[in-house]
Amino acid sequence: MTTSTPTAEGLPGRPSAAVRASSFLHRHPRLRLAGLLSAPMLWLVVAYLGSLAVMFVTAFWRLDTGGFVAVLDRTPSLQNFTELLTEDVYRRVALRTLGIAAAVTVVDTLVALPMAFYMAKVASPRTRKVLVALVLTPLWASYLVKAYAWRTMLAEDGVVNWALGPVGGRGPGFGVAATAITLGYLWLPYMILPVFAGLERIPDSLLEASGDLGGTAGRTFRTVVLPLLFPSIVAGSIFTFSLTLGDYIAVKIVGGSTQMFANVIYDNIGVAGNLPFAAAAAVFPVVAILLYLALVRRTGALDNL
Amino acid sequence: MSQPAGATTPVVSLRGLRKEFPGVGGGARVVAVDGVDLDIAEGEFVTLLGPSGSGKTTVLRMIAGFETPSGGQVLLRGADVTRTAPFERDVNTVFQDYALFPHMTVLQNVEYGLRVKKVPRVQRRERALEALAGVRLEGMEKRAPGQLSGGQRQRVALARALVNRPSVLLLDEPLGALDLKLREQMQVELKQIQREVGITFVFVTHDQEEALTMSDRIVVFNRGRVDQVGSPAEIYEHPRTTFVAGFVGTSNLLHAKASEALLGEAGLFSVRPEKIRLLADGEDPVTGETVAPAVVEEVVYAGATTRIVARLDAGDSLVVQRQNQRTSSLDTEGLRGARVRLAWSREHASRLPDDDG
Repeated sequence: MTTSTPTAEGLPGRPSAAVRASSFLHRHPRLRLAGLLSAPMLWLVVAYLGSLAVMFVTAFWRLDTGGFVAVLDRTPSLQNFTELLTEDVYRRVALRTLGIAAAVTVVDTLVALPMAFYMAKVASPRTRKVLVALVLTPLWASYLVKAYAWRTMLAEDGVVNWALGPVGGRGPGFGVAATAITLGYLWLPYMILPVFAGLERIPDSLLEASGDLGGTAGRTFRTVVLPLLFPSIVAGSIFTFSLTLGDYIAVKIVGGSTQMFANVIYDNIGVAGNLPFAAAAAVFPVVAILLYLALVRRTGALDNL
Repeated sequence: MSQPAGATTPVVSLRGLRKEFPGVGGGARVVAVDGVDLDIAEGEFVTLLGPSGSGKTTVLRMIAGFETPSGGQVLLRGADVTRTAPFERDVNTVFQDYALFPHMTVLQNVEYGLRVKKVPRVQRRERALEALAGVRLEGMEKRAPGQLSGGQRQRVALARALVNRPSVLLLDEPLGALDLKLREQMQVELKQIQREVGITFVFVTHDQEEALTMSDRIVVFNRGRVDQVGSPAEIYEHPRTTFVAGFVGTSNLLHAKASEALLGEAGLFSVRPEKIRLLADGEDPVTGETVAPAVVEEVVYAGATTRIVARLDAGDSLVVQRQNQRTSSLDTEGLRGARVRLAWSREHASRLPDDDG
């Protein structure tokens, strides 16, 4: 690199330290990149991957509660996993949790599609801004406030029963359905926003072209909008699905005696103090999400994210 | 299409067509199209020409059914379709951005209209391939639109519309996104294709040259109204308003004072630059020619032609366009500031209405 020296000669006097450091980094792009990324990388590796690894290792330990005092047994064993897979109660809780996660995802998709469509394609630019703000505001409110709001609404003398009473209906009461409704409400913005963004990326002319070629609104939705929107729906579903898998608070508030899988983890950390078993249980949602990601990856939906 | 297509029934009829849009931020309503009447005959190539915001695209979108008129009627072969949905109209559109479905192959794009209309698979395939051959895209069926060049996408859009054999093909500035060379080539091709398929084309453009080269008839739009309808020659040679004179070709206007002195008639006149010649020293004008003494203010050499701006002694300045048959840029340089005599045939000065803006 003989060309790098003349630049300094051309300047009057000696350049300041900052300028020299800056030009040194300019000539060494790899060093610059390292300086920029080392701190966040360290954080990611230590705090995030590190804690995951520790959890994974812990899952193979065992808390021996046979004696008078619980003893941590560090010899690797699969006993926690065997227990999780063979005990009937864990299998039921796991299936129930997956069912609720699937239901939340489906309901959110069905609610988000028309709402996002209205926001992106029908509303005037001004109304659109207001609607985006309205979708976002619940995210700024406390989780507990929102969950308790649903508890009041779904209670025996709550507004849901009061509204359905005259037509002879009743609310679902506290239980699985109430949990799915509450979680569906809580995660709805995470579905609306990616779907809205996806719809905004579809030019209006594509919808017009479909109509122009004889396609009715339903046809256009099925053959043009939905395929182009699929990656956005998948992006939203990753949120709704994984957030539901990890939730244990809403179910405590509106679920009655219902348990979700995260409750198993939480109870083993707190009440039972059985950290190895909690770690083994925590592997379950991680695996479920990884399987889900692998599944959507096969559809090609992640390529366009 | 309940009515038989008689020779006298126009394919498209617009009757007092109006379109208003709500003003931005609660402002006054904007009148985009203000009472347009137009009949388009079978097999015609009609161009809607005008600057942006003149209402030409809105008119096209009302024919397609994407906009509902605020007033007036749209008739297709005599049948009122003013309130008919786009998917029930026998028209197809080539969009400015082509609007090809990115998740479908070229063939699937072209087949789309036929698939929607439930044309059997074999026949569908056959017609789509035929349409693609018609626009010289054989062998491209399996490609995705993203893999095509701008010109190729343009052709796919054309094939996708033509394969449905519509009564009318609407084209919304379809060449706007192409570079100059390709645009000129596509102008010729579009015209050829139109002649081959014999379908009525309604073409929207703001490019006056494009309009002049391609159209059977030009409809000049100005602020939501039609200023003039006529053949390219009529529009160019005999513009009826100042706007048309200025928008199509170079505006060369003689106002009342100059026209009275030179033509013996006070009024507003338009003379096209290439109709004016410079008289050589001592050369006599031909009978019927108007002669105007002038001073050359500016000379612009442009390769094939030279443009000379001359200030008339009688007032006003005119642009003269001269073919560079023998002259070169060196000769033209010396002209600046020279006294010259301009001459043009009397019939090439078109009278314009004085009152129009």
